[in-house]
Amino acid sequence: MADEAIHDLTAAYALHALGPDDEERFEEHLATCERCREELAELRDPVAMLAYGVESPVPPPELRSRILAAARAERSNVVPIRRRLPVAIGAVAAVAATVAIGLGLWAASISDDLDRERSVVAILADPQAKSIPLEGADGRVVVTDSGDAALVVSGLAAAPKGKTYEIWVVEDGRTLPAGVFKAKHERDVVRLTRPVPPGSGVAVTVEDDGGTDAPTSDPVFTAGI
Amino acid sequence: MNASATLIAWAGPAQPRSRRVPPDVVHLSDEALIALAARGEEPALAALYDRYGRVAYGLALRVLRDTTLAEDAVQEAFLAVWRSAHRYIPERSKPSTWILTFVHRRAVDLVRREERRRADQLTDVESIVGGMVDEEAWLGLERERVQAALQQLPDQQREAIELAYYGGFTQSELAERLGQPLGTIKSRMFTGLARLRELLTEPDHEPDHEPERWQTKRSTT
Repeated sequence: MADEAIHDLTAAYALHALGPDDEERFEEHLATCERCREELAELRDPVAMLAYGVESPVPPPELRSRILAAARAERSNVVPIRRRLPVAIGAVAAVAATVAIGLGLWAASISDDLDRERSVVAILADPQAKSIPLEGADGRVVVTDSGDAALVVSGLAAAPKGKTYEIWVVEDGRTLPAGVFKAKHERDVVRLTRPVPPGSGVAVTVEDDGGTDAPTSDPVFTAGI
Repeated sequence: MNASATLIAWAGPAQPRSRRVPPDVVHLSDEALIALAARGEEPALAALYDRYGRVAYGLALRVLRDTTLAEDAVQEAFLAVWRSAHRYIPERSKPSTWILTFVHRRAVDLVRREERRRADQLTDVESIVGGMVDEEAWLGLERERVQAALQQLPDQQREAIELAYYGGFTQSELAERLGQPLGTIKSRMFTGLARLRELLTEPDHEPDHEPERWQTKRSTT
């Protein structure tokens, strides 16, 4: 692309209508071109207004709760990852930050990497995942097609001193340990350490700290049993 | 230890948590909500979703033509808002623009990944009744206003903008599809957007298009 031509990409960039290579090149260019930055700033509002130009049906109510549950799950997981970010992207940041911080666009592209690191969030965000309601507590177990599972439970009393909640996958009459957790938050989100195959269920008991290999008490709550 | 006693103590009915946004954040400006979200305040994210979730979903659905994918795009976009809230700079963009930019980019990235681009006219998406009356009315007015502005553009400019924004086509794909040189496409998009900006920011329309105004109006009725 000729140097002059890059100034013409503002509108296409605002419409997200550049291919990946052009987009990257234009973002680098933006960092150094005041004129294009100003032009882009003027075009962004009318572009965003186009969102209002189509029918806006009411989204399913579960979407709201899913977003909030995933956001909550991130809040407890996100801190160490965020701390690492400045190191990982330091070199890029110098250029990109000037432009993209305000646009929030750069954030959108790195969030893909963050997703991969946050398996719980990936499970909760998987649109194909099945949601199995809990019986005995408020919440659900979310299971992806590949069996990866996360437990989301609200309003659980904290495990007493010396005790822990232990998760079990119940399949073919066997009860297999799938992780322990202390209920510390208003809502806890826990990644199961073992897949949940189709047709199996999940149970949670209270066990001694560290967990056991087989449950020693009745379940506090279950899912899919 | 007595397991059943333990169970009675622990397995009591979980407290149902209210899904309503606490009233103290409902009246805040979008900017204040983003600032609160940056501090990890979940009710602020909930309030932002209540203001923009519906238009976000409508946009994602228009681009993706698939309710599951649209939900996915909206969810990813709001989580991006949640993660990036601390980087939001009010001087650089309106909150609504900032949020809807995430939504649009997510939706377009997804539609490109799915190779499910369809630029044909959208048949009426099944409308779900149940939105609040004020919200319905406000969104209806906004839609009319944006549609009216688009109608004032020359056909070729409108076509380029609509195919890019709602269809998810890149400028190169548009050039090929429309049988025009790339430079022509670029110039149609630029001229069209510049005109759209004039049409949508004319002062006599100004009082209508701030979502906060609608929020305030709704909360006092």
